[in-house]
Amino acid sequence: MSGTFVGMPAFPEAAREAVGNETLRGNLRHATHTIRAKREKAVTEVADWAELREAGKRIKDHTLRHLDRYLQQLEDSVTAAGGIVHWAADAAEANEIVTQLVKMTGESEVVKVKSMATQEIGLNEALEAEGIRAYETDLAELIVQLGKDRPSHILVPAIHRNRGEIRDIFTREMSEWGRPAPEGLTDTPAELAEAARLHLREKFLRAKVGISGANFMVAETGTLVVVESEGNGRMCLTLPETLISVVGIEKIVPTWRDLEVFLQTLPRSSTAERMNPYTSTWTGTTDGDGPSTFHLVLLDNGRTDTLADEVGRQALRCIRCSACLNVCPVYERAGGHAYGSVYPGPIGAILSPQLRGTQSEIDASLPYASSLCGACYEVCPVAIDIPEVLVHLRERVVQGGEVTREGNKVVLRPAKGHAAERAAMRAARWAFTHPAALRTGQRAASRTRRFHPRTLPGPGKAWSGSRDLPPVPAEPFRDWWQRTRGGKGGAE
Amino acid sequence: MNSRERILGRVRRALADVPRDDPPYEQAVSRDYAREHGDRSVEQTVELLAENLADYRAVVHRTDAEGLAGLVAGLLEKRGSASVLVPPGLDEGWLAATGVTRVTDRAESTPHELDRVDSVVTACAVAIAETGTIVLDGSPDQGRRRITLVPDHHICVVRVPGQVVSSVPQGLERLDPARPLTWISGPSATSDIELDRVEGVHGPRTLEVILVGDA
Repeated sequence: MSGTFVGMPAFPEAAREAVGNETLRGNLRHATHTIRAKREKAVTEVADWAELREAGKRIKDHTLRHLDRYLQQLEDSVTAAGGIVHWAADAAEANEIVTQLVKMTGESEVVKVKSMATQEIGLNEALEAEGIRAYETDLAELIVQLGKDRPSHILVPAIHRNRGEIRDIFTREMSEWGRPAPEGLTDTPAELAEAARLHLREKFLRAKVGISGANFMVAETGTLVVVESEGNGRMCLTLPETLISVVGIEKIVPTWRDLEVFLQTLPRSSTAERMNPYTSTWTGTTDGDGPSTFHLVLLDNGRTDTLADEVGRQALRCIRCSACLNVCPVYERAGGHAYGSVYPGPIGAILSPQLRGTQSEIDASLPYASSLCGACYEVCPVAIDIPEVLVHLRERVVQGGEVTREGNKVVLRPAKGHAAERAAMRAARWAFTHPAALRTGQRAASRTRRFHPRTLPGPGKAWSGSRDLPPVPAEPFRDWWQRTRGGKGGAE
Repeated sequence: MNSRERILGRVRRALADVPRDDPPYEQAVSRDYAREHGDRSVEQTVELLAENLADYRAVVHRTDAEGLAGLVAGLLEKRGSASVLVPPGLDEGWLAATGVTRVTDRAESTPHELDRVDSVVTACAVAIAETGTIVLDGSPDQGRRRITLVPDHHICVVRVPGQVVSSVPQGLERLDPARPLTWISGPSATSDIELDRVEGVHGPRTLEVILVGDA
């Protein structure tokens, strides 16, 4: 995945820093609570929500279970419609393909529709290294790009910024990238949006190459779908001569009719609207309307490895609506950056360690970035059981075991840093199967209770750093039971 | 081995657990959800379309066939438009009452030329009441996708009730996936700054929808 987040500390450290940032927490709390309430209302408006959710889940599951067939069908139909299909096994290959395609046009700048896939592979940085400038055109992405920042939310990447910060970024940075911010720019959202409109319009009107992702790809027809609000998507998809779309292989649906499910559930789950302002669909190229050349880059980059995990596979159903972020008590306090990936929140906690493996410190810590409260599962429009996958991944982190990496089966060793946890569990198992030893140990603990420390020493220190050690009772339960028979046989 | 073969091979190995008799698409996908929400008369469906369009800040007008040209002329005048873009197959009669300079979209028209036009008038392919959505499919009376994008003022004419459906499933059914489609629900908008909704970022900031009764 992207180099952007390399060197990230593990989730607990990153989160500790974020939790101390009051502006960030205030912005996040306001945003997530607003959208949470609106989503609830938008969902209740549709009486058959449960049935739509089930249908979405089943469509995606079926597609994933026969992905090889649907990928080939998609390739055939896109090609038949005049598009050119490329396959990229990993981020480096995808970046190489896109870079070459842009170079072939002779252009040195491109306009981009907001896309999770291109962020995931670090496309902008790869293009920059080859002398090609990529302009993000979604307002929030523009704020992130101008602020030399990282996105912190799937749908509202600049959710951590308030209007004052945005004004300062525009005033300071816009002139570096093109048309400067107007004199005397205030911090009202309407004025900031107008500044972005003027800044970006000159780029749209001269752009020869557009780069996008896609929300859905229809295998049957070869149709790609982009769902957006601002019109920057439409600009990038229709004004340039060449369009390059980089899309994860899991974004397929089998038929045109399947869109009827997702075009109902996606807007309501993400922006809490009946329908987003603009949806664009295109099938290959159309004479005289839109780009005359269309390239589709199908991206694996860890998706087939995720597919190989029968429990974790369901993460690939994700339609990137971000409803799980907005209800998550952990995300609300820690913020998106703490997850060390372009995919933050609950979905990021299960997607990143599967796409990237659990070998790095941050990825091994992500399955623990949750209280397992289950709110994410409740709101998910394709019913991904995020808590189930989290627990499954925790087991993998602690126990190791067989996984697929880059298409090959490998046996993972237990992750570093969990030795104490494993030792404690082993000790507990031994003690519980040796009653005499357990009794002796419990009595000893009770007798020495006055001398127990408030925090654990050694490797247990991290655990007790955010928890109080439970007090040891004056008498072990088993002794108390023997003495009193549960309060029936003798004195209290 | 090229990447296509590599990826397809990985997919097949990853799916080793899927049995050969896994249910086919028709059985695997449940369609228990509603074809439309609620039981409405034709008039009520059109009314709902008008309500939902307005709820998302489109300006809705209603007229009949005779009143259409006058209404279009009036809207252009009120807006102060000096020029109006016209797709090649638009009904001549719709602009019969206005003297505003007509700009015809030509294949070689550049985005900069389009940017200098004040308004655009188009028809639509279908309108979806439950979501307040109009869909354009690039037919001759709707034109290329760019002409409804670059000018700041879009007037869209919907024939009611003929072009109106209740729901997204009914809308998709009427559309041809081979055509490039643009679904429009209200004017361009963003909520990227503190989730405050701001109308108009890149697409037209004003969307006016005229519901024309079938003659």
